[in-house]
Amino acid sequence: MSRHTSSSSRRFSLADIGINVLLWGYAAIVLIPLLLVVSNSLRPTREIFKHPVALPTHPSFDSFIEAWEKANFNVYFVNSLMITVAAVVLATAVAALAGYMLGRYKFRGSILLSAYFLAGLMLPFRLAIVPLFLLLNDMGLIDNRMGLILVYAATGIPFSIFILSSFFRQLPQELSEAARIDGANEFTIFGRIMLPLVRPALATVIVFQFVPLWNDFFFPLVLLRSTDKWTLPVGMTRFFGEFQADWSTLFAGLIITTLPLVIIFLLATKQIIAGLTAGIGK
Amino acid sequence: MTVSDTAVSADKIRPKRRKRHTGVGSGAPSWGVILLFILPAFLLYTTFMVWPLFQSLYFSFFEFKGLARGGFVGLRNFHELFTRYPLNEQLPQAFLHNVYFFIGTMLIQNTLGLLFAKLLYTSRFGKRFFQTVYTMPYLISALVVGYLWSLMLNPLFGPVNQVLKAIGLGALAKPWLGDPATALPAIILANAWQWVGFPMLLFSAGLANITDDLREAARIDGATGWQLFRRIEFPLLLPVIGIVTVLTFIGNFNAFGIVWAMGGVNGEPAGATDVLGLVFYRTAFRGGVDAFGLASALAVLMFIFIFGVSMVMLRYFRHLEENLT
Repeated sequence: MSRHTSSSSRRFSLADIGINVLLWGYAAIVLIPLLLVVSNSLRPTREIFKHPVALPTHPSFDSFIEAWEKANFNVYFVNSLMITVAAVVLATAVAALAGYMLGRYKFRGSILLSAYFLAGLMLPFRLAIVPLFLLLNDMGLIDNRMGLILVYAATGIPFSIFILSSFFRQLPQELSEAARIDGANEFTIFGRIMLPLVRPALATVIVFQFVPLWNDFFFPLVLLRSTDKWTLPVGMTRFFGEFQADWSTLFAGLIITTLPLVIIFLLATKQIIAGLTAGIGK
Repeated sequence: MTVSDTAVSADKIRPKRRKRHTGVGSGAPSWGVILLFILPAFLLYTTFMVWPLFQSLYFSFFEFKGLARGGFVGLRNFHELFTRYPLNEQLPQAFLHNVYFFIGTMLIQNTLGLLFAKLLYTSRFGKRFFQTVYTMPYLISALVVGYLWSLMLNPLFGPVNQVLKAIGLGALAKPWLGDPATALPAIILANAWQWVGFPMLLFSAGLANITDDLREAARIDGATGWQLFRRIEFPLLLPVIGIVTVLTFIGNFNAFGIVWAMGGVNGEPAGATDVLGLVFYRTAFRGGVDAFGLASALAVLMFIFIFGVSMVMLRYFRHLEENLT
């Protein structure tokens, strides 16, 4: 018996070491490529070719200037930012309005309407690209940033309504009743009282729309043609062809494209992790 | 990240139900006010999402000449998908690659995700740090991940081969993305590198939901660590495993950006990394004059397949759970 306990306690400490080796090992697999990208973006290409894995001896930001100015990243970046922000603002605004009405009131057809919006969470909307292309073509919105903004906003609506309506539903009834007695109309109650109370939900909705739209490659690839309207992911495909011999700049390009997401991640790690595991955790 | 990934994620961020008088108001406003609130979202969503999806079904039965819709042709577009060269060869091949992609991801990414979740649950030390690190690549665009790994795996200047040579495993160094045998596995691994944090987080949440009483009872009955996992935790994780499986399936059959970045629009080398997403794009926008009809037909088939299999999977997992209780 005593032999059994001693061997099991030794096995426990061995297991502990094993677990830590595994966890740190995989952390290295995640982090090393990312660190290599950063390190190599600060080194000239001929050094990278000589020693792919090394720290910069004389760090220089030339590659970033090259990517930003010569490789058009200034244009792509502004386009990405403009289109993503516009789409997120538009979708969040209309979803807040609809989510408020669907969350706060029951009226004829309200349940059906909620289900109709909810269904969008499961629709593979990329497969609708042919009719969408023809529709935007009829509206003169092909190769037009406005067209992309409208499509993006539409794709963000189901999730945003889903989240926002469930938040609005939880707010105390007394608040709106008191305001109504004071003579406030529905829009005042919505804008002045209810909307400020769902700020945490708005943050979640904004983050969860921003990330996939910023990263999306398919829709701008199909809907935008002129390079001066391209977003970062589409610009990236041309960039990797043109600068394939200039690795330093390639690495800088990868960083420029990802930087806004890193900032979001640092600001909203908690919300992202909570959002990803929702419905399962407590 | 697709819409469906976020679908499961809504409940958690829902605020705690309050005891006080909350919720749905009694007197709904007038129809005019209701419309003002609902209509903008309704129009935007219907015009640019729902309506085009329905139109895809309708268009699949018509002949197209460029952007112009011609006459009704019945099932001819569907027939063409399986008989016209090179589609008749590319389509089954790409489908098979998607199946490999799914199986490979389940075996590697989701198994690792479960392992990490279990290890982090047991060790607790540094849990938050490892979770954050493992989840980080999920934020990066699939296209950027693809380009990053194509540089890492470059046969001449890529760090991966250099490291292999440096540690005396030079024999293993090879043009990973240039060899048809290793190109698709390399993409599956790069994709797993990006996504492993997602199943890990879901499994972690699932493990945290299992009460410690159960574990304690099993331990008192003399269960070993493995038995505890196999007999108690794994069965109770089945609902989460079901969700992860379905989301993996949907995600893998929609793969596009990462494959484009690592294998190009044609799934190089020699179609060894071609997937349905690329075939669909090429059919629609790099096809012949009747491309739009064919692409609509393909969209319908893909929709039915992905949606249908997802439903079957969900039912299967529900069935498994019921058998357990």
